[in-house]
Amino acid sequence: MTSMPKPKISKHLPTNALGLTIRNYEGVMSTLCAGCGHDSVTAALVQAFWELNLAPESAAKVSGIGCSSKTTAYFMGQSHGINCVHGRMPSVATGANAVNGDLHYIGISGDGDSLSIGFGQFAHAIRRNLNMLYMIENNGVYGLTKGQFSASADIGTKSKKGLANEQTPIDPCVQALTLGAGFVARSFSGDKSQLVPLIKAALMHKGFAVIDVISPCVTFNDHAGSTKSYAHTYKYYHPLVHTDFVAQADEITGAPDEDGLLSVTLHDGGVLRLRQTESDYDPRDRAQAIETLMTPSDSGEIRTGLLYLNEDMGDMHASNSLPARPLNTIPQDVLCPGSEALAKLQARYR
Amino acid sequence: MNAVARIQPDVRVNDFVLKIANVNGTGSASANGLLMKAIFRMGVPVVGKNLFPSNIQGLPTWYEIRLTKDGYRSRAGTTEFMVAMNAETYAQDLAEVSPGGVILYDDTWPRPEMHAREDITAIGVPLARMCNAEFDNARTRVLMKNMAYVGAVAALTGIDVEIIRSMVEEMFGTKAHLIEANMKAIQLGLDYIREKHAEPLNLRVEPMDKTAGHIMIDGNTAAGLGAVYAGATFGAWYPITPSTSLMDGYKAFCEKFRIDKETGEKNFCIIQAEDELASIGMAVGAGWNGARAFTPTSGPGISLMSEFIGFAYYAEIPVVLFDVQRAGPSTGLPTRTQQCDLTMAAYASHGDTKHICVYPADPRECFEMSVQSFDLAERFQAPVFFMTDLDIGMNDWMIEELEWDDSYVPDRGKVLSAKELEAMEKFYRYEDRDGDAVPYRTLPGTHPKGAYFTRGSGHNWKGGYTEDGVEYQEVLDRLTRKWESAADTVPGPVIVDAGKPTRRAIISIGGCDGAVREALDRFNEAGLPLNYLRVRGFPFNSEIEAFMAEHDEIFVVEQNRDAQLRSLLINETSVDKTKLVPILDYAGMPANPEFIYDAIMAHCETEEA
Repeated sequence: MTSMPKPKISKHLPTNALGLTIRNYEGVMSTLCAGCGHDSVTAALVQAFWELNLAPESAAKVSGIGCSSKTTAYFMGQSHGINCVHGRMPSVATGANAVNGDLHYIGISGDGDSLSIGFGQFAHAIRRNLNMLYMIENNGVYGLTKGQFSASADIGTKSKKGLANEQTPIDPCVQALTLGAGFVARSFSGDKSQLVPLIKAALMHKGFAVIDVISPCVTFNDHAGSTKSYAHTYKYYHPLVHTDFVAQADEITGAPDEDGLLSVTLHDGGVLRLRQTESDYDPRDRAQAIETLMTPSDSGEIRTGLLYLNEDMGDMHASNSLPARPLNTIPQDVLCPGSEALAKLQARYR
Repeated sequence: MNAVARIQPDVRVNDFVLKIANVNGTGSASANGLLMKAIFRMGVPVVGKNLFPSNIQGLPTWYEIRLTKDGYRSRAGTTEFMVAMNAETYAQDLAEVSPGGVILYDDTWPRPEMHAREDITAIGVPLARMCNAEFDNARTRVLMKNMAYVGAVAALTGIDVEIIRSMVEEMFGTKAHLIEANMKAIQLGLDYIREKHAEPLNLRVEPMDKTAGHIMIDGNTAAGLGAVYAGATFGAWYPITPSTSLMDGYKAFCEKFRIDKETGEKNFCIIQAEDELASIGMAVGAGWNGARAFTPTSGPGISLMSEFIGFAYYAEIPVVLFDVQRAGPSTGLPTRTQQCDLTMAAYASHGDTKHICVYPADPRECFEMSVQSFDLAERFQAPVFFMTDLDIGMNDWMIEELEWDDSYVPDRGKVLSAKELEAMEKFYRYEDRDGDAVPYRTLPGTHPKGAYFTRGSGHNWKGGYTEDGVEYQEVLDRLTRKWESAADTVPGPVIVDAGKPTRRAIISIGGCDGAVREALDRFNEAGLPLNYLRVRGFPFNSEIEAFMAEHDEIFVVEQNRDAQLRSLLINETSVDKTKLVPILDYAGMPANPEFIYDAIMAHCETEEA
């Protein structure tokens, strides 16, 4: 089989500031299972990009291997995408980003891709504070190889065949927090109202922004006894911080000093408005964020929302003193020292 | 008494090997460099080999300086003058000195065993005692002992002390106290010899005029410089011996030439990755995004990078890999040289893959071929392997000065601009529009019409996902044609004609060149003329095939156990493999002519017997 283009019927659809409809931000037809959480994440990405009025070609999509990684073909067909090798999307993103920081880098990964072979690269991309949106479409299971547990599977969660997982899970948000990520969020593919503003905020955040999205696998991990099923996630879903993203041009409403409301202007545009749903949770307190995620909840709630934000970290471009213009545009006469310099240089080797 | 000792040894002027045995971590590198460079500045051609352990401190290390008035370019394989500074290796070092040679040692403590051989001259110099009396702290005393033997060697052989002085001044610049201390130590050795050892040695250094227009540089530095001149803007790496100094070189030259004086911005990016799995990924990402990108590594790194190499091959992404080969397999001998990654690089990664490789023979070619590698990678949209080795990469070689043609224009290959895309009906990433098997590519962000999805999964000529066998095969076949078409663009072979009719020849590669050429002279003297071809690029071009057809017996000289170059020749040409005689030197030492000469002679004698 070959990939199928999506029909582009855009008549009567609203356009954004660039005159583009949401169809201009779609990709080829998804080949994932009907009802897959990943397709909802794809739809949220399309909407976020369209709403932000970003030119489709200004995105660069990067991914590794797995069901989640395939989705980079299903959104923004007018953007370049690269689907590389298992777990090593962060390295490709690093090199690509280093030579052209003007693009919006969207990394799509999964729990299999990021938390096993890709665990090291995930960690080091955070350490470099690579300016990118890093989505983990987390379903606790290997889908393409038919249902093995992944490293995010909770203790006691049951496989389709009824076996319980006995190994401790890796929580990508806790990991990201301990490694120093400046933007750490968790969401659910079933809650677009939370996911879309988070994606928009992550794209406008300068630095590494990770969103761990619980995205159920309808075929291999949506049964009773699974802690990554739709039913389980809906039941225990608990937004800790309510996130609104307001484009810079829009008027900001609501008193900034309103109790429990925090407004943050993002480096790359727009304002984030975070509303606490629990009065004592402060999304700027890293230690508290780690403690909260690591303290088991009596009711088994899944804490979601923008869990941590630090806007004031220099990204990889800053720490490497990279030029304002992309490295891939610098002309040869600037890059090459020339024959005279070479002749002079060689004195030290005589 | 041994009869040999009674014969006055021949006087050897500018034609002997000076070898310094020392303990790793005692700071002898600068002293040894000083000696070699001083001889070079006296106009005498030199070959330097640093034989060092995989260790920071304590294990034995040797530095060989061959003075070669005839301008040979390899190890001699003998030692005429040994400076024995490591008690642990005294016995071995003493045994190694050629009859008629000299051994110099520290006689602060009595060492009667150093006088055990009567066919050589043993000279004791109380280096430690003199330095302990002259200098205060322990580290300084150790360092200065090295400088003191520089003085002693200079006095014994006639190395110009004024040249040494000017080099010490260059080395320490404005730090007058360091110049003074080092010169004092040198003087200690010098004075001691002048006072106690009036007789001149039979091993002498005299001024010549054979190094003008030459420099002394190592291949890694030259390759790093080449990357700067080629316009490479992105390098990712993970530290590994013996490739580390390549990135050090690139970095140093970038800091000299590529930092904007007004803004402080760097027109280059170097990322030290978490491992080689990542460093190649970063280079691939940068190559995909339109930068000239590279990663320097060694064999173990290539093993780790293999999956990504196949991806770059199949997705057609330019990237340059510098493989500074060391002795394998596994960790092997990390500080010894070999040419043992030839087949791995040629076919790296799973599935059907074939790569473009270049094989420099010395630092000059490292500079030139580094630039060519970036042109090849972008022209053919593929990974390119720059195959060097520890000997070329880490030793200082005397080479002709580097040259640069300011009219050089990088070959960026087929990259479509926004304007070209605008004018196009439809862009397909893997369409062979020109019929030369090289498709057009686009860079992210250029134009929505240029967008495509780069993948390592099966794809058709349009760039779309496919599981259709015919479509898949079509792309794979074009990749073969593309690779084959590089045969005439990679550096061609260098052929040395014996000048006499012969049906026998040598084929060799890379750093064996100097040793092969020296062996050729000896074969000529012995009445066995051999033609010689040095392979410089892969895929092999038709000249190599023709050369093999013209000869009945070809000795393939290389530095690995499995005759990898020979295997590539058999695999990729129609040569009759019985014609190719493997001559294999894989003990980890830089190639030497003696070995080649003996091995080929032994073969010829057996044949004739």
